[in-house]
Amino acid sequence: MDAITVDGLRKRYGDVQALDGVSFSVREGEVFGLLGPNGAGKSTTVRVLVTLTHADEGHASVAGHDVRREQNAVRRAIGYVPQDSGVDQYGTGRENLMLQGRVQGMAGRDLRARTDQLLALVGIADAADRIVKNYSGGMRRRLDIALGLVHRPRVLFLDEPTTGLDPEARVAMWQEVSRLAQAESLTILLTTHYLEEADQLADRLAIVSRGAIVVEGTPASLKAGLRGDAVHVELENGNVEDAKRVLDGVGAPPEQVIDNRTIVSRVENGGRALPGIISALEAAGIAVASVSLSRPSLDDVYLHFTGREFSTEDRST
Amino acid sequence: MTTLKHTWFMTVRQARNLMREPIWIVLLLVQPMVWLVLYGQLFRNVTKLGGFGTSSYITFLAPAIVVMNAFFGATWSGMSMINDLDHKVVERFLAAPASRFAIVLSQIVRSALTAAIQALVILLVSLALGVRVHTGVLGWLVIILAAILVNSAFAGISQAIALLTRREATMIAVANFIGLPLLFLSTTMIARSQMPGWMQTAARFNPVDWGVKAAREVVLPGTSWGVVGLYLFLLLALTAVTSAWATWTFRAYQRSL
Repeated sequence: MDAITVDGLRKRYGDVQALDGVSFSVREGEVFGLLGPNGAGKSTTVRVLVTLTHADEGHASVAGHDVRREQNAVRRAIGYVPQDSGVDQYGTGRENLMLQGRVQGMAGRDLRARTDQLLALVGIADAADRIVKNYSGGMRRRLDIALGLVHRPRVLFLDEPTTGLDPEARVAMWQEVSRLAQAESLTILLTTHYLEEADQLADRLAIVSRGAIVVEGTPASLKAGLRGDAVHVELENGNVEDAKRVLDGVGAPPEQVIDNRTIVSRVENGGRALPGIISALEAAGIAVASVSLSRPSLDDVYLHFTGREFSTEDRST
Repeated sequence: MTTLKHTWFMTVRQARNLMREPIWIVLLLVQPMVWLVLYGQLFRNVTKLGGFGTSSYITFLAPAIVVMNAFFGATWSGMSMINDLDHKVVERFLAAPASRFAIVLSQIVRSALTAAIQALVILLVSLALGVRVHTGVLGWLVIILAAILVNSAFAGISQAIALLTRREATMIAVANFIGLPLLFLSTTMIARSQMPGWMQTAARFNPVDWGVKAAREVVLPGTSWGVVGLYLFLLLALTAVTSAWATWTFRAYQRSL
């Protein structure tokens, strides 16, 4: 059974088409990543799925419940860890967890035991009775996740789980999330604008760009779909058309042109093709600023399917 | 049932946070004490003008200070909602099966609870200063109830403004804008017969004055329970209206998400 099904979601905020027909499904027990630059529509999708907002069009169901018609059933079945924390800073970690549990209808010994268990599970048992205001960023994020888990949900939504964490804490969080997914046999939908994070965590992922899903698959299959290595040729000055012709001639057909100066070609074996490419360009009198070679990465997948570079896109929004 | 339970859980959370910084309770009581002790002494001869129903100005003033304090407290009650909105605490509740009404109601209840505790403290200090409530224990309860209702009525407005503007600066501006005018357009500090005619008329429509009148009625001799009942009822009706408005603005906030 699918834990999440999303079918043709559309939503407009004023002039902005935030969601432009988003469809995907997440199988029970898998970690599914929505990868895309800031403003692509990932968070909006999540907010529709956790019943915080409605889509203008389309359907979605979570844990078998329609997000529009069975809101409370959805809310009981899910844990939601928003992008910016939702903890009460003036309460302790334990108080936050107990309140969240009570709102979810838990009580008594069960709630106390579950609270203790989670505090230990996410590794903040020592700080359980300290005011959250004095927590570090990483500790707060761990508490956020515990808050999403207190009522033993079947589906967990993690919106940008590691944004704002330093690289070390980020890696620790990745391990944590994988471990929790196992320990609690959860279905996890996570959004991220870190390619590396999606690559590390997601069993399957969908790339979101400008309010729509561009492509969906396992990280490995998406990369394999690109067949071969990417060669980036950055030109000294603009004769892009000549350079493209040369590259085509040496068996490195250009796929993309970035910023009108960098040409991306895909070749079977980059290491072997490189010397030929360089000498052919030289022979044609084309000045080259740099040539780089990369194994297929999600960056390339993104570039390949959207025609835009991930990092530029992420920065521009 | 769920609404009541959730209101209770959320109120407990807020009350606990408040208790954690007892300095706030003290600070919140400094102002009414200044009014009661300093202002009360400064103007103690004002009763000679007549129309006060007592020769002791502090007896005239004390119940009104209780109500005034409840009113001022209410004008700030939206700050706590803005804080919860800013820190996404509200969103976390919304993504859980939390009662929507309880989210708003708990803010008003917390505010009213604070007002009730402060009312009790002010009354005890007044007692020490020689103020006697003519109707006894029942009178104390009426004064505290008046404080609760004035506070709830204005807390509803404060919550609505918090939900509509979501900005602390706007809240502060509104609190200042309505605070002093409503105080001066009431019989809090002066007998009605000593007010200019137009101010007497304005006071008639001022909910702060309704609370002051109900509270003062039980302190001074010659209590008319009909008058007490009328003003408490008016305040209750107003509380219902402003709470409903606050709940409506909460829906508007949800739609804006």
